[in-house]
This record gives sequence, structure tokens and C-alpha cells, in this order.
Amino acid sequence: MRYLVVLEASQPDTPPPAELMAGIMQLGAEATQSGAMIDNAGLAPSADGAKVTLDGDAVTITDGPFAESKEMISYAIYDTRTKEEAVEWTRRFLALHAEHWPGWTGEARVLRVFGPADMPGA
Amino acid sequence: MDRAETGRGTVEAIWRIESARLIAALARFTGDVGLAEDLAQDALVAALEQWPVTGVPPKPGGWLMTTAKNRAIDLFRRNGTHRRAVEALGRDTAAEPEYSFDDPVGDDELRLLFAACHPGLKREYRVALTLRCLAGLSTREIAGAFLVAESVVGQRISRAKKTLRHKGIRLDLPEAGDLRERLASVLEVIYLIFNEGYRATSGADWMRPELSNDALRLARRTAALMPEVAEAQGLQALLELTHARAPARHDRLGAPVLLPDQDRARWDRLLIRRGMDALHRAYRLGSAGPYALQAAIAGCHAMAPTAAATDWTRIAGLYDVLERVQPNPVVTLNRAMAHGHADGPFAGLAILAGLPDALDEYAQRHAVEGELLAMAGRHEDARAAYTRAAALTTNDAERVLFGQRSAGLV
Repeated sequence: MRYLVVLEASQPDTPPPAELMAGIMQLGAEATQSGAMIDNAGLAPSADGAKVTLDGDAVTITDGPFAESKEMISYAIYDTRTKEEAVEWTRRFLALHAEHWPGWTGEARVLRVFGPADMPGA
Repeated sequence: MDRAETGRGTVEAIWRIESARLIAALARFTGDVGLAEDLAQDALVAALEQWPVTGVPPKPGGWLMTTAKNRAIDLFRRNGTHRRAVEALGRDTAAEPEYSFDDPVGDDELRLLFAACHPGLKREYRVALTLRCLAGLSTREIAGAFLVAESVVGQRISRAKKTLRHKGIRLDLPEAGDLRERLASVLEVIYLIFNEGYRATSGADWMRPELSNDALRLARRTAALMPEVAEAQGLQALLELTHARAPARHDRLGAPVLLPDQDRARWDRLLIRRGMDALHRAYRLGSAGPYALQAAIAGCHAMAPTAAATDWTRIAGLYDVLERVQPNPVVTLNRAMAHGHADGPFAGLAILAGLPDALDEYAQRHAVEGELLAMAGRHEDARAAYTRAAALTTNDAERVLFGQRSAGLV
């Protein structure tokens, strides 16, 4: 099953500690080598993006940054047998933040990506 | 879902992530793959008993390792080989007590893969042991994937371990002379597992996608463990590209849909990208091996926006090379089909005519012949060929499909 994990947090005032980045690289290498992580990338601050809104019949385009306090920081796509495996990789990812970046808060959503087995009538 | 259920799923998830490294490291310490697997299973049982009550420890991999090592020390003590155990196990425990398998590059896992796929083991033992030790599947899961009784799988695994012990097969990297044979066995085992899921050889299922996914993850792992081996990259490329088509291989009622009729919008773009990346890695390593060649063919299909836009000339050329590298009747069948599209149905039928008589009992031969005859406008002969294919196949869904093809030519 495929899972999309999206990390959300406030934009930090300081860059992440080097130890954290090293830990993330190591964990990412492990997850990739095991065949579980099949894609991932960091996301630029929303100031570089835009929002396209539909309200009634009016399409509005607003350049970033968005007003929300939290920003999407990164995403990863996992291919695992169970939800618990994707959750465990994500738990390890957040545990690295707890270890190397005291005071940091954020959340990662683990979302199942629909596959052919979820098609209507399947 | 109650708490105990959640606990079990979490333990199994951690097991799946840790088991290969755990077994590989234990096998290095004890010098015995079978014993390592037993010790790791004991640690899993302990985790299943304790974690639902105590919660998951902060370093679950380290916990499993320590538990398994303690069991090993107990065992060696009972056997009167305590000193050896302490020497073997103490070395690494002392170096870094927290959580280190002393194996940053996965070298132990590579050894484990070579041991599990040792050509001295029967093929079904290799398959069972690889799924168990490298993919972390339980006996129940392996039994479910192959539609055999759990006891059969249990027997295969215990016999595999016994054979490893009797033959003195330890965790070793093969000598240069054996490397080719051992590599071939590793890749073949993964390919076998994938194919069993991709085209279920018997029973009512057309595909068992979860089994193919297990094989795909193993192929990724193997490619990562052997970055310099072109065919390891080639196999990964082949499986990614083939599996990318899985969503389109059946219709909404579950009936099979063959390649030319597939809705290409349902192909998995992420897997296609990953497959093409792996194929380019194989090219850079300079491979014209069978897996990379098949991947190149799959890549041609993946890159064609419509079935009509397929570059059959290139595919036919790749099959010509493949047949020289790996001559076998299945390749010849596919080559006939490719040349039928590239150069006309009679070119394909001419290739079929050269096949040995023994292949007369093979359903696919008649299906290919049916398609080429239909392309040539010989509908009556095509119908007879499809009818024969339907009578010969052991796959229920395929039988229906061939029957429909035959009926469609009335």
C-alpha cells in the first residue's frame, strides 16, 4: 500500500541542526534501501508558491506566503505492507527531531494513497 | 480496533523493518543462518508478549538485538560453549551498547541474501527463506501468497535451515568464481516471486499484487545492496516498469486486460519514472543482460503514449538480442509477436513455425498464434488457436479471456 506523509510545522527562525539533517539522511537511506520509501522531497516556503481559490464561479490567484501559521515542509511516499509500517518510519523521523532539535514542534500526516483495489466496483 | 490489535500491527511493522538486519547480524555473530533466524523469531515472540503491555521501547531494533543476543548466550551456556558466545557477542555489544548493527552499508544483508538464495538449496526453499529473512514475511503470509498450507511453508523453512547447516553454508560473500552463479540465483528468486504475484500460475486470481510488491521491494533492496551490478539495476527496472502496468491489467470486474487494450492513464507514473531511472543506471554500468533487456522492452511500452504509437521495430530488435542472450521458447513467442507487429503477421508466424513441438501443450503459444492469425485475417484458424489456448491454460481468468477472443472472431 502506498502512503503519502506530509510534514507540517512553523517556519523555523534558524536552520535545522546539522545532526538532525545527518540523521534524516541516514534514516532516508535506510528506508530507501529497504524498498519502503519510493519518493521524497523538501518543499520551499509558501512565499515561493501561490494559492488558486474557487469561490462560486470566481477563480482567484493569490501569491504566497499563506496566512496559516504552519507550512508544509516536506513529503515522502512509502510503499509498505501495512499502515503501521509507514507510521513507524514516520515516528522515527519525528523522533529524530525530538533528539536533535529541542523545542521543535510539528506534525506529520500519514495518508493512504488510493490504488486500483480502491476503484469503485473493484 | 482494540489496543492489543494495534500493538500487534506495530510489532509486525517494526519486525518488517528490522528483521533482515537483525538476522544478518545474528548470523554473523553465530556463524549459523538457521540459528540466527530462530533467535530472531524468539525475540519477535518476546516483543509480541511484552510491547503491547510495556509500550514500544525507544530503540526497538536495539531491543530486539539485545533480546536475541541474550537468548544466544543462554543457548551457548546450555551447550557448554559459553566462552565462545561471550567472545562473539561481546565484541559488538561493548562497542556501542545502544543501537548499532555495525553494518552501515548493509554488507551483512548482502551475505544473508546470498545465503538464503544459495544454489545448494531447492528453489522453493530459497523463495521461502528469502521472503522470511529478507522481506520479513511470516509463515502465514508466505502460505497465503502461494496458496499452500502454513505447515508446508514451515516445513520448507525448517528444511532450508537444516540444509544450510548440513552443507556448512555460512554467511559468506561468494568467491569470484561463484559470484555469477550466486548473483543469478538471487535475481532469479526475486523474479520468481514477482512472477508468481504478477501472473498467478493457478487458482482463481489473475494477480496477487501484494506478492509482486514484496518482490519489488526485494529488488529495490538488492539493487541498493549491489549498486555496481548492472543486472541488479536491470531487475529493479524490469519489476518497477512491469508493476507500473498492474492497475490497468484488469477491468473493474477483475477480468484481465491485455497490454494493447489497457487504459494507459491507469499506469503508475511514479513507478515508470523509477523504472526508467533504474534502467539508465543499468545502461551506465554497461549491461545487455536479460533483465536489463526485458526492462528496455518494458520501457518502450511505458514510453508509448498509445498502443498504436508503440515502437515495435525497436522492441523486435531488443527481442532479437534477448533471444541470443537468453534463448528460451517464451522469449521466442514474444519475439514472434513483436516481429508480427513490426514486420507483419507472417513474419511472426514464420518465427512460431520454428518452435519445438513440445511447446504445443503451452497455452501461450496458441494465444500468440491466434493473435497473429487474426492480424492476418485468417479468422477461422485464429479461432481454433484461441480455443486450444483456452483449453490448455490453468488460470481461470485467462481461460475466460481466450474464450472471449475466440468468440470475438466469429
